[in-house]
Amino acid sequence: MPTDTPAIQAAPRPGATPAIHRDVATRLRSAAGRNGALAALLLLCVVMAVLSPVFLSTQNLLNVGVQAAVVAILAFGQTFVIISAGIDLSVGSVAALTAIVTGYMASTLGVSPVLAILLGLATGMAAGLVSGVLVAFGKLPAFIATLAMLSIARGLALVLSGGVPVAQPTAVAWFGSTLWGWLPVPVVVMIVLGLLAAFILNRTFTGRAIYAIGGNEEAARLSGINVHRQKLIIYALAGTFSAVAGLVLAGRLASGQPQAAAGYELDAIAAVVIGGASLAGGQGRAFGTFVGALVLAVIRNGLNLLNVSSFWQQVVIGAVIALAVLSDTLRKRRA
Amino acid sequence: MNATMRRGLETAHTAGVELLRVEGLVKRFPGVTALGGVSFDLRAGEVHVLLGENGAGKSTLIKCLAGVYQPDGGQILVDGHPVTLSTTRRAEALGIATIHQEFNLVPELSVAENVLLGRPPRRFGVVDRRAMYAQAGAALARVGLKVDPRTQVRTLGVARQQLVEIAKALSLEARILILDEPTAALTDDEVDRLLRLMGELRQAGVGLVFISHHLEEIQRIGDRVTILRDGAAVGTVSAATDSQDLVRMMVGRSIESQYPRVRTAVGEDLLRVEGLSSPGSFEDISLTVRAGEVVGLAGLVGAGRTEVLRAVFGADRYGTGSVAMRGNALRRHDVQASIHAGLGLVPEDRKAQGLVLGASVAENLSLVSLRGATRLGIVDRSALDQVARRAVADLGIRTSSIRSAVRNLSGGNQQKVVMGKWLSADPAVLLLDEPTRGVDVGAKVEIYQLINELTASGRGVLLASSDLPEVLGMSDRILVMAHGRLVGELTHEEATQDAVMALAVKEVESSRAY
Repeated sequence: MPTDTPAIQAAPRPGATPAIHRDVATRLRSAAGRNGALAALLLLCVVMAVLSPVFLSTQNLLNVGVQAAVVAILAFGQTFVIISAGIDLSVGSVAALTAIVTGYMASTLGVSPVLAILLGLATGMAAGLVSGVLVAFGKLPAFIATLAMLSIARGLALVLSGGVPVAQPTAVAWFGSTLWGWLPVPVVVMIVLGLLAAFILNRTFTGRAIYAIGGNEEAARLSGINVHRQKLIIYALAGTFSAVAGLVLAGRLASGQPQAAAGYELDAIAAVVIGGASLAGGQGRAFGTFVGALVLAVIRNGLNLLNVSSFWQQVVIGAVIALAVLSDTLRKRRA
Repeated sequence: MNATMRRGLETAHTAGVELLRVEGLVKRFPGVTALGGVSFDLRAGEVHVLLGENGAGKSTLIKCLAGVYQPDGGQILVDGHPVTLSTTRRAEALGIATIHQEFNLVPELSVAENVLLGRPPRRFGVVDRRAMYAQAGAALARVGLKVDPRTQVRTLGVARQQLVEIAKALSLEARILILDEPTAALTDDEVDRLLRLMGELRQAGVGLVFISHHLEEIQRIGDRVTILRDGAAVGTVSAATDSQDLVRMMVGRSIESQYPRVRTAVGEDLLRVEGLSSPGSFEDISLTVRAGEVVGLAGLVGAGRTEVLRAVFGADRYGTGSVAMRGNALRRHDVQASIHAGLGLVPEDRKAQGLVLGASVAENLSLVSLRGATRLGIVDRSALDQVARRAVADLGIRTSSIRSAVRNLSGGNQQKVVMGKWLSADPAVLLLDEPTRGVDVGAKVEIYQLINELTASGRGVLLASSDLPEVLGMSDRILVMAHGRLVGELTHEEATQDAVMALAVKEVESSRAY
């Protein structure tokens, strides 16, 4: 890994930390002790700050936020599904389909931009509902049902667009724009949806039911939770979150690409798992997922700053996923 | 040293050489000391009973002996030599076989594959199926289990799965056999067979460590009894010790009555089941539960008690018939409708069906009340926490906090959480399926007191249990099931073990399960 001399000079001098900073440091350290993902993120930030002087600049941190946004939003939707002991492989395809539907409605059919966006969101929700029906009533394993949806949504995106990019209305471009000259909209959308996901998980009936279903579906059913209906809601939520991610991505690219977000489902799953959720269900938090998405973005951003080839980036990301989850597993086993 | 202690030592002298000695064993978990220096010994040809309430440390002790847990202090000696039981394989190699409360069976594999799990007979590197079925068949014959060794374990009931476990342990040629509540899920006949089998093994010089909450079993088969309380050995006495004394040593106080049923005036019909049938499970079940009444549902394992309870609650589908609460017919197979009408079900298997093990005590206690505490989709969590705190206090659930994972509670306290989840929702009729399985004497009585409180406040209880003394002791009326049918009804005055068993076996003699 290439290093440059000025970065080493930028390292903070030891012993120069004021008391208030030490307090923050202690608290972060205790939070990081409980959460493997947060520890990994802090460690990565320290390493990157040492290796690259630009890393901690406001502009670069906002870049990290923008780069994290699409995966983070997909991952928030994925968090609902994974806590319920399911999985959704279709989130990337559904995001692409949403952008195509929105662009097609507005540009080809001349529907008003706001209505086009609503129809795009409805498309995402409908795709999630179909997966939910297959899982809840068809008793298909989530892996199979959403693998089918991955293919169907991608196929529909290609059919509708004819395989070429679709122009987007300016309302969609807003999702990729910047407020007051500095605040990127993708970051705002990511934070709002993150708070929404946390609210749903912690405060709503569906959220509490998600944990119960993931922890023990039979006990949840015998306690009067309508597991079928809740599964429909869970997959519909994942589809709707994917739709928002699709709009953000279309806004950033300024067009609807039928091949957009291919493979993002794996990044989304990785973010959720790095964030401490268990694929066995019953465990996971929106904040953990947020941290997981940031970990992925910081690695990509840092390696770009260090001019590491994108081929090697994939190797590093794979290693970090394994290490983050491994450290979490070891910590839990010791507890 | 008192008389009983001396008698215990004499029994030990007649037994053979010392096989196992445990000295000052310590095991700590975060926040709890599960074992605080326990010592005991086991000789060849004796049955050494470990007695204690749930949470006293019995399971932890035997998990240390089985190589599942590593002790934090003290030592274990096998044949007089200190050993480190780092893995279950190491323990098995030393001749220690353990039958845990939770089965270690692979449901999708055959009985034979399970009996010989990890060590199937091989020819030229390929599993020799004929030899495997022969060896497994021999092991099954030793426990008197007549099933085809090719049967999938998944298709067997709880009782027969347990016998497969025992056959598996025996086929390991164990010299030290540890049985953690092996009789909890068995009917009287099966218990008889098992105790006879244990007697034969004792004759053959095997040392047996036996855990049971049934004092009469201890007196029938036990030689010595070591009583554990709060992670410490209170004493080792002869198994002939008076059971009142054993209970006092175990709980640290005396328990007045094992079945403290307080009968109350019976009121209106609450639950009425008519002509309920489910092909292959049960047929033409009609019963009524009235306010203030405990109706017992007795019968052999496999008679269909659990199936009836689940169908009444709407958890399973049924063919014909109807279920009504206070005269209003319930929507079929609809758990939510049943709960709404005032039914509750404490299921047979609390870990698989009753609890979300990884979730906290509070989350489990609020599972049924969740819907009621929701306004416009948003849950009032502080109200639910209050419900949970009240349930913990009312039911005497021993937990460090309502935020603790329910997984870390003892069996009795876990069962109280399942009960508490329903009591918070205030059901009119509670269906109890094996409510005290794997629950210690002290917690059992507490659960019986809860049943009394329910009926005293005008609720009804339908109690299905394979613990016949419990059904006799706690029910006001007893319905006996055999082979999926109701074969008789007895009042509590006319119900005796013999009367119930005579009904329970009458219709099934020609089609015995074993």
